[in-house]
Parts: sequence; structure tokens; C-alpha cells
Amino acid sequence: MKFGIVTFPGSNCDHDAYTVAKDVLGEQAEYIWHVTTDLESFDCIILPGGFSYGDYLRPGAIANFSPIMKAVREYSDRGGLILGVCNGFQILLESGLLPGALVRNKKMRFLGRSVYLRIEDNSTAFTNRYKHHQIINLPIAHGDGDYYNFSQNIQTLEKSGQVIFRYCTRDGELSPSANPNGSIGSIAGIVNRAGNVLGMMPHPERAAEALLGSADGLALFESIQAHIGNHKLRKTAS
Amino acid sequence: MTETDTMTDTKTRIAKVYINLKEGTLDPQGETIQKALRTMGYSKALSVRCGKVYEIEMEDDSPESKKQLEEICQRALANPVIEKFEIKW
Repeated sequence: MKFGIVTFPGSNCDHDAYTVAKDVLGEQAEYIWHVTTDLESFDCIILPGGFSYGDYLRPGAIANFSPIMKAVREYSDRGGLILGVCNGFQILLESGLLPGALVRNKKMRFLGRSVYLRIEDNSTAFTNRYKHHQIINLPIAHGDGDYYNFSQNIQTLEKSGQVIFRYCTRDGELSPSANPNGSIGSIAGIVNRAGNVLGMMPHPERAAEALLGSADGLALFESIQAHIGNHKLRKTAS
Repeated sequence: MTETDTMTDTKTRIAKVYINLKEGTLDPQGETIQKALRTMGYSKALSVRCGKVYEIEMEDDSPESKKQLEEICQRALANPVIEKFEIKW
């Protein structure tokens, strides 16, 4: 399969994502400059973390107006897999591909540390290699990660099972102290209704090799690999 | 158009756009500033909401320009999920 990693001016996790896709998973990977408009050849698009356009206006706001985002929206409409991490999540929210907004961390600080997360749904294209309610350890690095949405929209998200990751304690309990940025419902990652677009604040690409302190993020990329593999098998069979 | 032209062109209008968080949206920045004011002894400053002001030079203040600025605010300058905007001509 082939991963496409979008590089905006100011992206800085594109190399991490590329390394995981290419060297750790052994799949094809390619950087895509933000003015590209053809995404036909890719099986999964990654919007990486960083500070696209210096976070000017709002994090992710200007990136949303770059030429590639029209193609990303069409790619999503066709059911293509899109993973947005950190600034990539912010871009997905600005573009309306995912609902809600990310606002300044509740305690104002930029947070760079590792957190525990609970897998809320292991049936998605992005989490099928995890166990239900598995606790994983991933790094976060953000100043604007407090997930916000209107209360009726939060209810909709919860009811339709779109919350995929929640911040939790080492034992998997939800508590304000285990919620680093003040996100409503301890939300750390959500999918769209169709399940082909995932946005998350923690960085799985920075934790995909034991050498880096945690390999808990690897299963997310393996999930995508398995999902695409199955999809292609089915296509060949039919 | 040269720089002098811009400076002497009196037809252009500076519109001010005020962006602020909607009521009910948490504003940790404003809260931090308010706490600092209290620490400084300013007991009468009860709350602070922190926003942004943009000064935008528009070609003129015609209905078309007004419409365009309204659209700029909706599509780019404000995030409708969390922010509201006000335009002053």
C-alpha cells in the first residue's frame, strides 16, 4: 500500500510519519507538497503535526485554504482514509471534515509529555489492531488541544461512537487530572460519521518503535495496513 | 499603484473586525489576565475576555465591499464553532 504524507510550510512531523510508513511498516510512502491536487495513487493520506503557516490566524486555519485541501475533501468523499495528527487534527476541524474545534489548553501551557489513552472503539480502520479499552501510552506536544464542541454535538459524537481515544489514568480511569488540556469528555481523538477520517492530538508516529520509549502507536499504522490489505483482497476476489 | 497613490487615496476605508470567543466558550487566556489584574490589586476588573482586532483596508465601503468583508469574516477570520465577529466601518 502507499501512504501520502502532506507537507505544509511549517509541518514538522512529516518525516516521523514517513519513517514509520516506509521503514517500520515497509510500505510505500511519499511526501506530498501542499499545492498538489492529485491524490489518486494513495491508499491513506496523513496530515502530520507541526505549525503549518506558523499557526497564524488559528492553528490549521491557513492550511485549510491551501490547494491540496480541496483534493483531500474529495478524497474523503470517495471514502479514502485520512489520518490527521495534532496540527493535522486542527486542519481537519478547520476544514469541516471533522466536527468541533480545538482551543487553547485549559492551563495555558504548551504540553510536551506522554499520556495514557483508552481505545474506545477497536473496530475502526485505524484501531483494529488494538484491544477494546486497551490502555496505550503516546506523547502529546501541543498548546491548543482542548477539544470543544456544542453540547448537542458532543452528544451526537458520543451516541454514534465517534470518540475513538480518551485521555485516562494508567489504569484506564477517566479523571480531570488525567485530562491534560481540559477536553470535553477527555476526548483525544474522533472519527467522522463514515469512519474514514481520524483526527487525534497524541502522536502515534512518535511512538512506533521501542527505541523511542513506546511502540504503542505502531498498531495504529498496522491497523491501516490491515484495513487496506483486506480491502484490496476483497477487491481482487470480486 | 505607487505608494504615494495609496497614501493619498482617500476613498479606501479601514474596517475594524473584532473577533471574540462566544459566550460559554472557556477563555483560559482571559482568565489568566484577570487573575493577574487581581494580583496587581485591581479589584474592580471582574472578568476578561481576550480576542483579536483586525484592521483591514478595503477598496471602499460599497455594499459589495461590505458583503465581501462579511464573507471574509465567516470563512477565514472567525471560527464559527467557537468565535463571533463584529465589523465596524
